[in-house]
Amino acid sequence: MQPAIRLFAALLLAALLGHAAPAAAQTDLLKELETQRPDSLPPARDITLATFKGTHIINSQSVETPGQGTLLFLIQHRFGALNSGAYEFFGLDQAVLRLSFEYGLTDRLTVGVGRGSMEKTFDGFLKYRALRQSDGARAMPVSVTLLASSALTSLRFPAAERSFASRLAYTYQALVARKISPALSVQLMPTVIHRNFVDTRRAQNDVYALGGAFRQKLTKRVALTADYFYLLPGATADEFRNPIGLGFDIETGGHVFQLHFTNSQGMIEKFFIPETRGRVSNGDIFFGFNVVRAFTVKDRR
Amino acid sequence: MKYMLIFALSLLLLPPGRAQSKYSTRAGLITFFSSAPLEDIEARNTQVAAVLDLSTGQMAFTVPMKAFQFRRSLMQEHFNENYVESDKYPQATFTGRVLNFQPGLGQPAGPQAVQVEGDLTIHGVKRRITTTGTLEVKNNQLLVQSKFVVAPADYNIRIPALVRENIAKSVAVTVALTCGPVGPLQAVKSK
Repeated sequence: MQPAIRLFAALLLAALLGHAAPAAAQTDLLKELETQRPDSLPPARDITLATFKGTHIINSQSVETPGQGTLLFLIQHRFGALNSGAYEFFGLDQAVLRLSFEYGLTDRLTVGVGRGSMEKTFDGFLKYRALRQSDGARAMPVSVTLLASSALTSLRFPAAERSFASRLAYTYQALVARKISPALSVQLMPTVIHRNFVDTRRAQNDVYALGGAFRQKLTKRVALTADYFYLLPGATADEFRNPIGLGFDIETGGHVFQLHFTNSQGMIEKFFIPETRGRVSNGDIFFGFNVVRAFTVKDRR
Repeated sequence: MKYMLIFALSLLLLPPGRAQSKYSTRAGLITFFSSAPLEDIEARNTQVAAVLDLSTGQMAFTVPMKAFQFRRSLMQEHFNENYVESDKYPQATFTGRVLNFQPGLGQPAGPQAVQVEGDLTIHGVKRRITTTGTLEVKNNQLLVQSKFVVAPADYNIRIPALVRENIAKSVAVTVALTCGPVGPLQAVKSK
């Protein structure tokens, strides 16, 4: 009998060993999925999305670009100064306007054209996303977008007609941003502006500035924004003010509305960085808005 | 010694295919489609991870939400930022089991209809769902197909009144996986 018992025990043991595994619960399967990361597949690179809601923060541009095949139509307004009094309806009787289109040639490269009523200026720019903030493999702490823009004033000059070249000004900017949390994003903007022609001998052809901006979400679709530029010491910094803006982003599906108060009436870098005259303490504050409508011109696939 | 031999032999007599009962993938496909008055929304995700155990009829899925690719980049941004909140809830999961489970699942030739019940977690909300699908073992690979409908409102995904014309109340989800076998030995080997 004894050998038979041993045989039985051995078979039982083998059967138990063999069938122990199927009792594992579903949650263990899930854990197995989460812990097993095969070496054959590269770990996913997690690109940070939507550092800012729009391609503009207030006056300044943001690191964001429209995706490939997306066309943005921007309507930007700055009303008159709040301190202009009741007769001017606190500035609302006057307005400076800029209309522009921005098109994503690729997910990285954007081309834009615009026309602003201030000094009847045409502008064009190229914007390139050099680096994108990401987690995971090849993590990148910041996003960097490079901006090069040129502005051409078509204003008729009363005195002697100026050459074409003298009507041009250029801006080069590195936009460096980090989405610190889902709600808070910050951006730094070292900037150089070159103007081919300046009015006085003392004025600078090249103006250097350092900008800063942030976006703090208040709700999922409303955010508080601010941007500011510090003019590096020089004739421009002596004569003009540092531009500052404070506003709200409101997003509704395909539209982004940006409402803000700023001491600058110009809406392109060439105006708001070296030519802002408004003193916040005097009430030289302009109410304004940017409205952005996105159109998908070409699907990605 | 004789019994050791019998023990070893009896191990060989265990139900065949035990080691091959588990199948998994890291490149499964999930697409979803919704049709609303203003626009159709479509997205595909090819980074779905899944493991299915045919010996027990149990399964688990993880779906990285940011891997959903939309035809329009703005839709993709809104999907991640405003609706599923991918930063907060980076993945959707499903754990479930085959209801009409019987041993030898997937062995007969041709696709086999199964009923699956389990917990689907999207946007941090876990809900028990049942759905149907097919399983088929072909060329040592397990093919999994399923279609079901998900209502964003069930998962606490709020759609503001302003865009209600753009986003449907129910979304059709399609699952298609090709899983390779995982043996216990392979599981140990993988780091």
